[in-house]
Amino acid sequence: MTDAVAPAGAVRALWVYLGASPLLWLLLTVGVYAVALRLQRALQGSPWANPVLLSVATLVAVLAATGTPYATYFDGAQFVHFLLGTATVALAVPLRRQWAEVKAALAPAAITLIAGNVAGALVAMGIVRLWGAPRELIASIAPRGVTAPVAMAVAERVGGLPSLTAVLVIASGILGATMATPLLNVLHVRDWAARGLAVGMAAHGIGTARAFQVHPVAGTFAGVAMAVSTLLTSALVPWLVPLFT
Amino acid sequence: MLEALATLLAFQLLGEAAAHLSGWPIPGPVLGMAALFVAWPALPRLHARLHTVADTLLANFGLLFVPAGVGVMLHAGLIALWWAPLLVGVVASTAVTMALAAWLFSRLRGATPRD
Repeated sequence: MTDAVAPAGAVRALWVYLGASPLLWLLLTVGVYAVALRLQRALQGSPWANPVLLSVATLVAVLAATGTPYATYFDGAQFVHFLLGTATVALAVPLRRQWAEVKAALAPAAITLIAGNVAGALVAMGIVRLWGAPRELIASIAPRGVTAPVAMAVAERVGGLPSLTAVLVIASGILGATMATPLLNVLHVRDWAARGLAVGMAAHGIGTARAFQVHPVAGTFAGVAMAVSTLLTSALVPWLVPLFT
Repeated sequence: MLEALATLLAFQLLGEAAAHLSGWPIPGPVLGMAALFVAWPALPRLHARLHTVADTLLANFGLLFVPAGVGVMLHAGLIALWWAPLLVGVVASTAVTMALAAWLFSRLRGATPRD
């Protein structure tokens, strides 16, 4: 903040008052996200214009520029944060809606989902471990394949850093949604159900949104894979992390 | 709408209590989700309202993890030090998961490639 503007004193006094109130940070969280969402729609839903990534980057820049500590910001943002757990419980509803389709391919889907979730967690933890990173980073990357609120809750339970996990989850989603079509074409996977399952599992919600853009069958299976992976990863990862730390 | 929201909160509370009492390393809300999934057939009166509330919450899923994501600023030093293994780990595990899942699922279904 500079003193170049004439009424700087008054602005500063107002800032000191508002900057300390939860309302300002609650409003900024919701407002910045709404603008980021519009931007992504304007770019035809490009996975690179991820609204969560854009919002986090914008808010971090605002906090850094104004010298606001994260704790002050979180006093306001916690009201949004609280709903994460409630939304996680709500994931049971779409899973119930798609249950008939899941049941029809239950055994192959279950084996694939277990193998894929375990393999993904082992590869991620193995690389970070071999690189010599500290244990909280190993615990933070382990649940990177599932939807953010669940991954963050798992990270918290296994001694990781939930906010770092959130960023890694978003990165996985964007990368997975972007690499899906070229990777699966190279592997000659033409079954839409298999393609959807793979994307929903590797890239959670962002991958599922992408799968629905490509083919409805792929989208349905991606949604199912995301929901079941959520349960599997949170059940399996906490037992796998101690092997690496 | 309020009954559905109260139902979600009740299952969240149930999940938290189960996680706490069992000592399992599974997050409370995930246990709550599993409990709601199991209890679903017993709550037919609430289905329509639960669909509405769940769809509203999940349509704005992204917003809900912004506050925690901003917390990454607390770990800027760690990330500056370890960005390379984190990036390689994310790229490799995403690719391996996707390739393995697509291959295994088409194999297990005995599916001839279909379009």
